[in-house]
Amino acid sequence: MPDIPGKGLVKGLGVTLRTMLQPAVTTQYPKEKETPPIRARGVIALHQENCTVCMLCARSCPDWCIYIEGHKEKAPPRRAGGRPRQVNELDRFDIDYALCMYCGICVDVCPFDALFWSPEFEYSEERIADLLHDKERLSEWMETVPEAPPLEVGAQAGKK
Amino acid sequence: MAVTDQQRRAYVASQAADARVNVELQTEDMILNIGPQHPATHGTLRVVANLDGEQVVWADVVCGYMHRGYEKLTEVRTYPQITTLVNRIDWLSSFANEVPFILAAEKLMEIEAPPRAQYIRTILFELARIANITLFIGTMGADLGAITPVFYAFRDRERVLNQIEAVTGGRFHPNFDRIGGLKDDLPRGWIDETKAVMNRVREFCDELEELLMGNEIFQARTRGIGVIPAEVGLSYGLSGANIRASGIDWDLRRDQDLPLAWKDLDWKVWTHPDGDSFARFWVRLQETREASKMVDQMLDGLPAGSIQAKVPRIIKVPAGEAWVHTENPLGEMGYYIVSQGGLGPFRCKIRSASFNNVSVLPWVLRGTYVPDIITILASLYFILGDIDR
Amino acid sequence: MIAISLPFWAETTIKTVIVLAVIPASALTLGYVFLMKTMAHMQSRMGPMEPGGFHGWYQLIGDGIKFIQKEDIIPDQADRAIFALAPTVVLVSTFLLFVVIPAGPRLVVENLDTGVFFALAVSSLSVIGVLMAGWSSANKYSLLGGLRAAGQLIAYELPLVLAVVGVVIQAGTLSLQGIVEFQQHGEIFGWGGIGLPLILTQFVGFVLFIAASQAELTQAPFDMPLAESELVAGYTTEYTGFRFLFFYMAETATAFALAAIAATLFLGGWSVPWVHGTTADVLGPFVLGAKVMLVAFLIYWIRFTYPRFREDQLQAFAWKYLIPLSLANILITAVFKVVF
Repeated sequence: MPDIPGKGLVKGLGVTLRTMLQPAVTTQYPKEKETPPIRARGVIALHQENCTVCMLCARSCPDWCIYIEGHKEKAPPRRAGGRPRQVNELDRFDIDYALCMYCGICVDVCPFDALFWSPEFEYSEERIADLLHDKERLSEWMETVPEAPPLEVGAQAGKK
Repeated sequence: MAVTDQQRRAYVASQAADARVNVELQTEDMILNIGPQHPATHGTLRVVANLDGEQVVWADVVCGYMHRGYEKLTEVRTYPQITTLVNRIDWLSSFANEVPFILAAEKLMEIEAPPRAQYIRTILFELARIANITLFIGTMGADLGAITPVFYAFRDRERVLNQIEAVTGGRFHPNFDRIGGLKDDLPRGWIDETKAVMNRVREFCDELEELLMGNEIFQARTRGIGVIPAEVGLSYGLSGANIRASGIDWDLRRDQDLPLAWKDLDWKVWTHPDGDSFARFWVRLQETREASKMVDQMLDGLPAGSIQAKVPRIIKVPAGEAWVHTENPLGEMGYYIVSQGGLGPFRCKIRSASFNNVSVLPWVLRGTYVPDIITILASLYFILGDIDR
Repeated sequence: MIAISLPFWAETTIKTVIVLAVIPASALTLGYVFLMKTMAHMQSRMGPMEPGGFHGWYQLIGDGIKFIQKEDIIPDQADRAIFALAPTVVLVSTFLLFVVIPAGPRLVVENLDTGVFFALAVSSLSVIGVLMAGWSSANKYSLLGGLRAAGQLIAYELPLVLAVVGVVIQAGTLSLQGIVEFQQHGEIFGWGGIGLPLILTQFVGFVLFIAASQAELTQAPFDMPLAESELVAGYTTEYTGFRFLFFYMAETATAFALAAIAATLFLGGWSVPWVHGTTADVLGPFVLGAKVMLVAFLIYWIRFTYPRFREDQLQAFAWKYLIPLSLANILITAVFKVVF
């Protein structure tokens, strides 16, 4: 309603002045850091004991950025007098974070709960080759994996 | 009275003089290449314009600089993988790209997601719409020379993205939809936080109305610029806010019966009769406010229950064809899935909104001035990933 | 200047050095405070914080050093002499502007009797520099940008001059010192408390002056020549290194100078009504500085808030709105002056 010509112009000036008088919203990284939410997809952590080298994650990755190698071994029988069982041993489990799309299909698909999301994101490297995390490094990320957050009212418990 | 020789010679001489002047005044048309690397086109779009001085004689749009072969990719990927990839078509409102794809797959499998999942899907869809359109509001100001609205847009959009991240884990690419429902439920406290964010979004809309929309300079730059009449818009396949700004009352959220929550809500479709750049901006601003009110309603009425229907672990969609289109922030987006019963679709056609929106540019850019090209490009609002896929 | 009589050459050298020092200092101060910090806070962010430790005060100085050490590229087809001279011409016009601005009752480089006339005449010299830059760059787009800029600058000279005429009529003198003294000793309806800052009676003139100086500085909302998103960067396209720095410094320093002239003409310049003599000499620069910051805040506030005009709207705004308004202002001022 421009009854007074220039009214819109003056109102616009008011908006910028008001914003100037309010504190800035910048977070001065790296001196101040914001914590990402619990579910933030920062890095994938590997729980080696649970992995059975089923290769489901490597097959379902859209980028094929997971490299797994394993071999079969004979483990001692569970009870005396039984047959030795065949177990899979994990030799190599690499995730190439230069290729990873952070989609989370591998974490979803794993039937043995060996992969977890962690909100850590500060792992940039100076060489791209260093972005290939081997299984030791992936196991180290396990310490940063948070507990799943409690769900909202109305949610059905027990889902995943 | 007979014409004397002298008069005849004088006449011929004057004609010759005129002809010389006309030849000297004949200017050459200049071909101007706007893009593909250009601050005004939001991405790698190339507009080739033939200019006569300041006016455009004809203009042509060359897209494809960002073609990533989505439809070919969908032939060799499984459904969960495609859900991830499809996020990146319209990257500003990623969740909105997943939804029609998942709905098409669910249609083929004849499953419906439980009500809670439908509501949360719609909530995230509207949040994606808010995230997308707030950025549009900011960048339209920037293209017109106002440098402050961009920062306000990013500041308030940040909160929306934080909410999306709290649920899905990803700010830009949520990858949260699954066939049969959603991946996970809402974390505690999310409903109240999101209501606060929606309040902030409405304040942002009010602020931008004062700062930009009421500004006389902005109105002088956008009113009457790039008028697209309704018939022309329809014939070119414009969709979304572009066609609503030309007066056509068309909104796929209301006009279809999809298994999503829109039919339960009380909301309004905004149209504007003018069809110029100002109308497109105005419609989108109102839509943002409307979307925030819709999210509030949905948060209040969120049904309890599970968020995933029973689906087999390895998903094989039965053979058949399905077409689902939805009202995405950019316009009408649809997926036509042809399935032969495999792990992934046999063929998936993606109808993206910006491709058709951009096709009207040669028509609308005729006769405009060079600065108005920028205004029109900004107001039509396309995302390159959506055009080129 | 002060009560020591120096030989002419020494006095001139000192004055030249002072003005030459003031130009970059003013450009830096204005650039840092407004272009960086105020703009940042208006946009809800913080601006430079790192360089120099305390709120990034060193940022612009660092930028200046960076520009100076860059390679000096002159295009092959360009006219070398004119290309090299263009930034200098623009800077010279700024330099000459600072010559008449009084910072105290005796602190003025040259107290010309026709100060206002000189200042306005000299500020239009920059148009030549812009045209030289556009022409000599041997670049179609630079030429178009330069022509647009020149057209805009010439069109907005008129409102600039006419806005000041009202002040001159009321004050009765063209000399800037005279106008300041008029404001210092003036009275509002018999009360001499704050003198008579001419902004009160010449408010329309003030608004016109601010609008016209925005256009003279090619700042938003009149920055079509600079923000040629279709034509790259206008007349400064081919300039790199310290020549580009000259253009930028000239723009910001001219902003300072125009703000100083506005402060002098409308707000009373260096004068505080009850302070005279040597105290005024000492206090003068600071008072003027504060008033300049106020006016500059206004100029930059408008810049950050508004989108830009299209070129033809810009010209229409000048010719159809600003000039008739300024003529009406002169008429009313003259009538009031004669009648009262």
